[in-house]
Amino acid sequence: NGTLYLTATHLIFVESSSNNSTSVHSLECNPREKTRVYCCPLVIQCRNFRVVHFVVQRERDCHDVYSSLLRLLRPVCFEELYAFSYNPKQNDQEREEGWQLIDLGAEFERMGVPCDQWQLTDVNRDYKVCETYPQNLYVPITASKPIIVGSSKFRSKGRFPVLTYFYQEKKAAVCRCSQPLSGFSARCLEDESMLQAISRANHNSRFIYVMDTRPKLNALANRAAGKGYENEDNYSNIRFQFVGIENIHVMRTSLQKLLEVIGTRSLSMSDYLVGLENSGWLRHIKAVTDAAIFLAKAVTVEGASVLVHCSDGWDRTAQVCSLGALLMDPYYRTIKGFMVLIEKDWISFGHKFADRCDQLDGDPKEVSPIFTQFLECVWQLTEQFPQAFEFSEWFLLQIHEHVHSCQYGNFLGNNQRQREELQLRERTHSLWAFLMSERQNYLNPFYSPAYSEAHPVLQPSTLPYHFKFWRNMYHQFDRSMHPRQSILKAILTLKEKTCKAESTLHALENRLQQHGVAPMVTSDTPAPPPSRDQRSNPLPPRPDSLILGAPVNHKEVERHQEEHEQGEVGQEALESTNSERTVEGSSGTESRKQSYGELEGKHNEELAKEEPAVVSLELGVARMTC
Amino acid sequence: MYPFFYRPMFEVLEDGWNSFLPQNAFKGLESMTDEWRLSEVNKDFSVCSSYPSLVVVPKDVDDDALRKVATFRHGGRFPVLSYYHSKNGMVMMRAGQPLAGTNGRRCKEDEKLINATLRPGKRGYIIDTRTINVAQQAKARGGGFESEANYPQWRRIHKSIERYNVLQESLIKLVEACNDQSHSMDRWLSKLEASNWLSHVREILTTACLAAQCIDREGASVLVHGTEGTDSTLQVTSLAQIILDPSCRTIKGFQRLVEREWIQAGHPFQQRCAQSAYSNSKPRHEAPVFLLFLDCVWQILRQFPCSFEFNESFLVLLFEHAYASQFGTFLCNCAADRARLSLPEKTVSLWSWMNRPQELEHLTNPLYEANSLVIWPSVAPQSLLLWEGVFLRWNRSSKCLDEAYDEMVHIIEYNKELQNKVNCLRRQLAELETDEPVLQTP
Repeated sequence: NGTLYLTATHLIFVESSSNNSTSVHSLECNPREKTRVYCCPLVIQCRNFRVVHFVVQRERDCHDVYSSLLRLLRPVCFEELYAFSYNPKQNDQEREEGWQLIDLGAEFERMGVPCDQWQLTDVNRDYKVCETYPQNLYVPITASKPIIVGSSKFRSKGRFPVLTYFYQEKKAAVCRCSQPLSGFSARCLEDESMLQAISRANHNSRFIYVMDTRPKLNALANRAAGKGYENEDNYSNIRFQFVGIENIHVMRTSLQKLLEVIGTRSLSMSDYLVGLENSGWLRHIKAVTDAAIFLAKAVTVEGASVLVHCSDGWDRTAQVCSLGALLMDPYYRTIKGFMVLIEKDWISFGHKFADRCDQLDGDPKEVSPIFTQFLECVWQLTEQFPQAFEFSEWFLLQIHEHVHSCQYGNFLGNNQRQREELQLRERTHSLWAFLMSERQNYLNPFYSPAYSEAHPVLQPSTLPYHFKFWRNMYHQFDRSMHPRQSILKAILTLKEKTCKAESTLHALENRLQQHGVAPMVTSDTPAPPPSRDQRSNPLPPRPDSLILGAPVNHKEVERHQEEHEQGEVGQEALESTNSERTVEGSSGTESRKQSYGELEGKHNEELAKEEPAVVSLELGVARMTC
Repeated sequence: MYPFFYRPMFEVLEDGWNSFLPQNAFKGLESMTDEWRLSEVNKDFSVCSSYPSLVVVPKDVDDDALRKVATFRHGGRFPVLSYYHSKNGMVMMRAGQPLAGTNGRRCKEDEKLINATLRPGKRGYIIDTRTINVAQQAKARGGGFESEANYPQWRRIHKSIERYNVLQESLIKLVEACNDQSHSMDRWLSKLEASNWLSHVREILTTACLAAQCIDREGASVLVHGTEGTDSTLQVTSLAQIILDPSCRTIKGFQRLVEREWIQAGHPFQQRCAQSAYSNSKPRHEAPVFLLFLDCVWQILRQFPCSFEFNESFLVLLFEHAYASQFGTFLCNCAADRARLSLPEKTVSLWSWMNRPQELEHLTNPLYEANSLVIWPSVAPQSLLLWEGVFLRWNRSSKCLDEAYDEMVHIIEYNKELQNKVNCLRRQLAELETDEPVLQTP
């Protein structure tokens, strides 16, 4: 039993039966969830894949909540979003600094651009040539302004070929653009010279790859609409390649199917596997990864430059370019580098976050989990290369959470131009600064810079069994499904202890020296693990969270739930000699929730009853926000 | 056979053949309860050919009654104690199916025996690992199940754990799927599904959890049986013990469990593990029953990575030796055969080899922290995984994973070392501080 509060940005459920009156269950379901209603039970499916069941006693009340939610879900303008009212008690300077954390100019410098072959162009100043590109773009030195402008006229939405990643070692470039407006026979000399210029900028290879990330059929169909793909006869020295990643609509349906399957109650093993197959989700993940591997190989092994496009060059192209760069460059596998990568390939090059993540009341056909797929591809890689990434999966989950939460300004809007109009830098806060501030929560304890040095380019296997269902993403909030003990958490805690031990060791040594005695064991002070930098201070305590090892903030909900449940089984906790430990799974609620079969009729009813929380409504609150 | 010619190239610290004798195990039980006794009724293996010579039975039931009960149970496998839950005194027993037949034969001694384990006014659960239909059909062949009329104090629950050829076919399909190097995702998932392997894992785990739940949550005693009581029965009883009993999650404890619930309990290893697990032939009695058990243990280990003293390599090692080994531990089908061939004298025990520090080092889980609680695994399909360490071991490179594992061991060891130094310095400082005033006063 409890009370449900609806505010403009949050849905809060306070449990009244909880002994602890301060425990506020702030369900992080700000207005971005889809709602389905079946009479009195209210089912809320959140964007972060959380599903909440409520039972509202009066049907009328339930309907009120439902219609309020529907309204709140559909803000008409950006200013209604949480980011504009969110205030983390920072002053303007701190906020300013947060936005300056990521500097794309510096990133291109890191890659070695500008250089003798590539330059910064101001052709897109004030978004004159392409509205959806950023203002600062890098192009080959030999590409003159008329060539650029001509080429942009021949490309869908004016998205002409520009540099996104430069592989210094072989001087090979990864460029991105949109499809050419070739139709059945049209050609454009400027566009051809543009590709020529890209090719000439790389002396290591006589040709460039043009990767069309669409399936060939889709590309052919586009020809009828005056678009299409490059004709190898018109462009000299290109190697054209289809990759076959499906479009946003296929991906959207695929995820819907997947969620439907895994949301089924008492799902059988075989329905689960069949459902997983039929959804095609892992097939799409594999297709994106395969494309990225092709890109990385062409650049690092053959030393050839690659031009990547799809239709508009902001979905599949973003996936392939960013994942490819992640494979090639160890920097992108660090926490800071990964932020830079997202800022560059997704935010600045105009992945339409507002449309794809349904930030405003928009066209449902524009919604698609393209970015989620990218994060999942990265997760699949972290599973194959546990030592190659500085961050753990909680970093990915946290980014995913905030892409949808609209709490920070980074992902609002569809492109840089729109963001400037919204003055996001002045009016909202940056997610990157926040993530940086709790960086230690996202560290991967197995990360080894030495490993990255030895394996700068990752070569993952894409045999089907390497792709697994990402339980922590799609079932993050289904407590009963996760391991009750986590290796990640155990090791992180251990590292905290190690840090503390190191400092006490120093203190002790000093005190001994004060006594005028050389500490006996210092001669063989253990060598710190070679790969680790020990600068970091002892980490702040890490409260328990839903899934062990999960980062902490904004997840108080689960902690409270846990506390509550533990209250119920206090007796159990007393029995265990060691009640502090994080080993759970032995609590009474746990096993009751876990239904292992038809034990006793009575028992099953109890199970069924327990699931949804019963809600009494505070109508005043609900109405106030309508 | 090789184990008879094999001579150990290592020093035997402790003879594995004597490590887990039933009489020693009984001593532990005696300290907790006096309701059970060690019976020698099967001394010459005449009452039940697949039981060991010593079995634990209720104190109030004498050997004559046991002989009568044996005639009423499949293969002479009368109900014996499998596990005593010290927390609440509830027990788990196992047996063969009752030979009720079509005309509903009954056996007063059998009823008396299992009722002897119930507390006054309490009910017990009989877990039949077969579906009700299969159990019904068994009646026609002289088998059957305990009817409500004759066992009013027991509630029967039917589950469906598959047997023999179904399991073998499942394994063959799974191995084939894992060896398929084509790059299609759909094909892999559909083959994985068609093999049904994970469904079997799930069914067995669910049944074991159910048995554990009856004992720990419902406070009821449990009798588990299938048809013969040598396959699915043992999977359920041994897994339930891993869930309930923390001592089974240690290396020694797990060896004891395997010895008691599999080897001495008469799981016919010789028949079930005649071929390589990766081969695709299907001899009549071949079945990956033990492998499925290990797979289930691995699933629980994955979910509670800090609660087991052993690691994945330990389980893989047991799997290998169950199928082909230079040691005598997994030879033969039952204790009677082993005695006849005098295996303990003529072969070396796997435990003798394994329980040496240099071997244990690779098999110990560095994260282990004794956990005295009952551990309830999740059996949701999303929580169960393919055991890559066994099924993909020849098809994937585990280099990166191994390196990460080494790194983990390294972190843990470095921490231990540091803690030791800190303690050492602390002591040194404490000594100094107590000494100094003494030095200053005179």
